[in-house]
Amino acid sequence: MSKTGKALYDEKMARVNAAIQLQVPDRVPFFPTAHMFAAKYAGMTFAEAFQAPDRWYAANLKLAVEMDADISFSPDFAVFSSAGAFSAVDFKQLLIPGVQVDANHSFQFVEGEYVKPEEYDAFLDDPTGFALRVYMPRIYGTLGAFSMLPPLTTFMMGYAGMGAIAAFSAPPIWAGFESIHNAAVEAAKFAAAGAAFQKQMAEMGYPLWAGGVALAPFDIISDFMRGMRGTMMDMYRRPDKLLAAIEKVFPWSIGGAMAQCQMSGIPRVFIPLHRGADGFMSNKQFETFYWPTLKRLMLGLIDAGLTPCPFFEGSYNQRLEFLTELPRGKIMGLFDQTDVFRAKEVIGSTLCITGNMPIALLHVGTKDEIRNYTKKLIEVVGKDGGFIMSCGGVMDEADPERVRIWRDATREFGSYR
Amino acid sequence: MADKLVEALADIREDEAMKIAQEYLDRGEDPKQILEYARQAMDLVGERFANGVYFLPELVMAGEMMNEISAMVKPKLASAGPAAKKLGKVLIGTVKGDIHDIGKNIVTFMLDVNGFEVRDLGIDVPKETFVAEIQTFKPQVVGLSGFLTLAYDAMKEAIDAITAAGLREKVKIMIGGGQITDEVVRYTGADAYGKDAMAAVTLASGWIK
Repeated sequence: MSKTGKALYDEKMARVNAAIQLQVPDRVPFFPTAHMFAAKYAGMTFAEAFQAPDRWYAANLKLAVEMDADISFSPDFAVFSSAGAFSAVDFKQLLIPGVQVDANHSFQFVEGEYVKPEEYDAFLDDPTGFALRVYMPRIYGTLGAFSMLPPLTTFMMGYAGMGAIAAFSAPPIWAGFESIHNAAVEAAKFAAAGAAFQKQMAEMGYPLWAGGVALAPFDIISDFMRGMRGTMMDMYRRPDKLLAAIEKVFPWSIGGAMAQCQMSGIPRVFIPLHRGADGFMSNKQFETFYWPTLKRLMLGLIDAGLTPCPFFEGSYNQRLEFLTELPRGKIMGLFDQTDVFRAKEVIGSTLCITGNMPIALLHVGTKDEIRNYTKKLIEVVGKDGGFIMSCGGVMDEADPERVRIWRDATREFGSYR
Repeated sequence: MADKLVEALADIREDEAMKIAQEYLDRGEDPKQILEYARQAMDLVGERFANGVYFLPELVMAGEMMNEISAMVKPKLASAGPAAKKLGKVLIGTVKGDIHDIGKNIVTFMLDVNGFEVRDLGIDVPKETFVAEIQTFKPQVVGLSGFLTLAYDAMKEAIDAITAAGLREKVKIMIGGGQITDEVVRYTGADAYGKDAMAAVTLASGWIK
C-alpha cells in the first residue's frame, strides 16, 4: 500500500531536501511549476480561478495528487487574490483574466513609470506617506482622493494631529476607505480558502514549494516604481538616488518574506528575478545595482534558517560566476533558459539546479523530444544529485498529456538506486 | 578620428553630448550634419550592443539622447530632405493578448540602426491588423513577438490569417520572445525564430536581398 499523510510528506521532503543539500536522493524530485496550469488541468478557465477559490485550490490539489508531485507550485503566486478584491479597489497594475484580459489568458502586469524621477527624495524621506498619498492613488483607481490626505507625520506632533483629522471626512476619501474594506472582505475569503488548502495538502502528504516571496531590491524599484526605462536611465542620470532607493526597500523585502514564512510555516522563499537576467544589463551594472542586495537578501534568509528559491527567469549564462559566491547546499535555484549543462559545472557544487524543461516542449513537443530532453537533463544535470526536475518557466497552457509524458520519463530515467 | 559629438553620444556621455550639439548649432553647423553625427553614433551603439558591450540601459539612453538632439535641431531644419535609402521594410508587433514589449523594442531599434524601415504596431496586436498593415505597408518581413506562452496560439492565428488573406507568399515571417523555440516555429508556421535582436537582423538581411 502506498504511503499517505505524514509519511508521504516526509518522504517527499526528504527527497527534495537531499537535492537542495546537493546530496543524492532516492530519485530525481519532480516539481511542476504549474502556475495557472492547475486550472486548465482541472477544466476551469483562468477567470474562474480568480473567482472561485474553493474550485481553484481543489484544482491545485488534484494536480499535485494525480501528478504525484514531490513539491507543488504555491497557487498564491499565480492567483494573488480574487478578481472581486482587485476590482473593489480598481487595481490598475494587473490585468485580470475574465476582467481585462481573455478568460483563458494569464494575468499581465502593467509596467509604467509610477514614480517620477523628481520624486526620489519624497519617497526616500517618507516612504509610508509617499505610498499613501502619491503611489496608491496612482495604482488604485478608488484611492485617488488619498492625495488630499494630510502628511501622516502630522500625527507625530501630538494635538496638531487633531487639527488635521478633519481631512478624513471628505466623501471621496471616505469612499476610498470603503473600497479598501470591500476588497479586504473579498481577499479574506480567498485567504481563508488558501489556508485550508495548505493544511489539506500537508495532511495528504504533498509539500508546497514556497511559503513566502521576496523580490530583488532592484526589481522592486524597476518593476513597481520607476519602470524598466526609468531605472535604466537612472543608472546614468541619478545612480546615487537609485542606489539609495534600493537600500531603502531591502529591509522590506527580507522582512516581508520572513514574516510570510513564519505565518505559513513553509521555510522556503520564492525570489522571482526580473531585470538581472543576461541582456538587461552588463556584468558591471549587475555588480553595482543588482547583485549586492540580492546576495545580502539570500544570505539573510539563509541566516534565518530559510531556503531561498530564486527563479532565474531568462538566461543567467553571463552571471554564473557571481552565484559561486553563495554558500553551498542552501539554495534551490530555478532556471529557465540558462545553459544548465554548463551551469552544472560552474555552480553544481554550490546550489541545487532546478528546472530547464523547455515549456515549448510541453505545449507542442513530440513524445520523443520530451523524453529525450528529460533523459538528458537527468543524466547530465542530475548526475550525483543536486537536481530537481522542473520547467523553465510557468506552464500555464501546457498540454496535460505532454506533462504526463514528462512526469513518466522523469520516473523512468530518474532513479538513483 | 571620429567627431567629438559622435564619440560623446556613442559613449553615453549625455550632458557633454548635448553641450557639444548646442555649440555646433550656435556656431552655425548644418543641422542635417548634426543629425548625421547622431545617426553615426547610433550605429556605434548598435554595434556595441551586438558585441555584448552595451545592454538595455545604453539603448534606452541612446534613444533618449537621439530624441533630445532631434528636438534641438528641428526648429533649424529648413526641410527634411530626402530620406536615406532603406534596405527593406519590416512590420513588427507583439501578438494579441500579450502586452510585453521590451524584446520587441530592442529588435525594432536594432533593425532601424541596421538600415531597415520598421513599422512597429505596438502590443496586443490583433491578427486583422497584421493583415491590413501587410496590405498597406507592403513589408518583405513580418516579425511577431510574444513573451507569454499564450503567444504560441496568437502567433499561429496571425499567420493563419495572413495565409487566408493570400499574403503568406509575399512575406517572410520571423517570431521571437521568451519561450520561442524551433518547435514553436513548426507549430505556428513561421519561417524562423530569432533568439535575440541580432538574430532578427541576420534573418531580415538574409531574406531581403
